[in-house]
Amino acid sequence: MTSFAQVAFGVLIFSSLLCLYRIGRGPTAPDRTVAIDILGTLVVGFCCIMAVMTGREFYINIGIAWALISFVGTLALAKYLEGRTYDA
Amino acid sequence: MLETIAYWLIGIGLVFDVFGCIGLVRLPDVYNRAQAATKCVTLGTCLILAGVFFVALSGGSGSMAVKAALCGAFVLLTSPVAAHAVCRGAYLSGVHLWEGSVEDAFADRAREIQNEQATEGPVENEEA
Repeated sequence: MTSFAQVAFGVLIFSSLLCLYRIGRGPTAPDRTVAIDILGTLVVGFCCIMAVMTGREFYINIGIAWALISFVGTLALAKYLEGRTYDA
Repeated sequence: MLETIAYWLIGIGLVFDVFGCIGLVRLPDVYNRAQAATKCVTLGTCLILAGVFFVALSGGSGSMAVKAALCGAFVLLTSPVAAHAVCRGAYLSGVHLWEGSVEDAFADRAREIQNEQATEGPVENEEA
């Protein structure tokens, strides 16, 4: 079980690094917004695997809250993008 | 048995996550990236949550299973909506399609929206 969780965390950290590359590289604001949204979804999966590995239930609560806040934040950023011009 | 199925689900979900993020890095424009990454990562995370659901079920932890199912349903509902909103915002803010794209189905509607905004008067964020 421990080694399974270690592999899972390694895979998720690799995915998160790819997302961070896209957040840093751009080249436009919507690219970064999409990557931030994806990173939030990855964190939800991370929290749930953490809950299974440690057997503590509150990690799933963190995941639910993270999914909610990430959704609202991404919608706010999308509205912000709609009202502005291209800002490469 | 249930636990074996659960670990297989988590493993398949992780594979989908990685491929979605590779798509996020490799594809040419924001629309391609959004569709690849959103679909793969949403399915991957939902499979991970399904695996957590079965692990909790076999471990006899009912409330954890319910929370995992709730979280999975929530991710499945909200993630595509958020990606759709971002892509719409990207198009309306003037990000161009990749030059190899063959179809632009939103072009007419986007022009209508921009005309509506233009006839409504000055945009309030003009000075910024």
